[in-house]
Amino acid sequence: MSILHTVNKSPFERNALESCLKFANSGDPVLLLEDGVYGVLKGTSAEGQVKAAIGNQSIYVLGPDLKARGFSEDRVIDGVRVVDYAEFVDLAAENDKVQAWL
Amino acid sequence: MSEIIKKFLYLNRKAPYGTIYAWESLEVVLIGAAFDQEVRLLFVDDGVYQLTTGQDTTGIGMKNFSPTYRTLGDYEVKSIYVDRDSLESRGLTKDDLVQIAWEDWETEEEIENIVEVVDAARVSELMEESDVIFSF
Repeated sequence: MSILHTVNKSPFERNALESCLKFANSGDPVLLLEDGVYGVLKGTSAEGQVKAAIGNQSIYVLGPDLKARGFSEDRVIDGVRVVDYAEFVDLAAENDKVQAWL
Repeated sequence: MSEIIKKFLYLNRKAPYGTIYAWESLEVVLIGAAFDQEVRLLFVDDGVYQLTTGQDTTGIGMKNFSPTYRTLGDYEVKSIYVDRDSLESRGLTKDDLVQIAWEDWETEEEIENIVEVVDAARVSELMEESDVIFSF
């Protein structure tokens, strides 16, 4: 059983990302969207935990939410994949469940 | 017109778009400025994300209100402060932020960019100096 995990909160305001990465099973995909996108930017105090997770999890970020906040793809941590809405739907369909870390 | 001028400090701590706080704050700032009060804006924590350049919301179907920050000088907002620690812990520098110009129409005094990066002690001082703090 695979689970798609989504995180939509800033890692500097809530611990949603931290809990998600702590409890997600190895191999399960994690998608960051809305204010969650701040978690995959280079050079932040949250960078370490995301980099550490990349070996175990496929990490995705929703492109339109990055763009809305003024960040281009080159500001994203290497190894994180930028996806669009159609790919978000594919991820939801490919996995058995979706767990939203609100 | 009221003769009492108060120092209003708008303390912004939320990122834009994920919640309505940033937009609501901007609306209230413009109202306060219209009443000839002394208006200062302070951006702390995720609030610093409100000022990033290059915001493009076409993909998320929301109004991009970031261009309004650049016009604040025209509303007689002369003081905009950004907390240095908040920028640094987010991997940001002043170059990532919008520039906001200010000009006094009567004296023609001009300031190219009123956005000022300040340390924690100055943040405390700004709060102490203000008559009213609006928290968003």
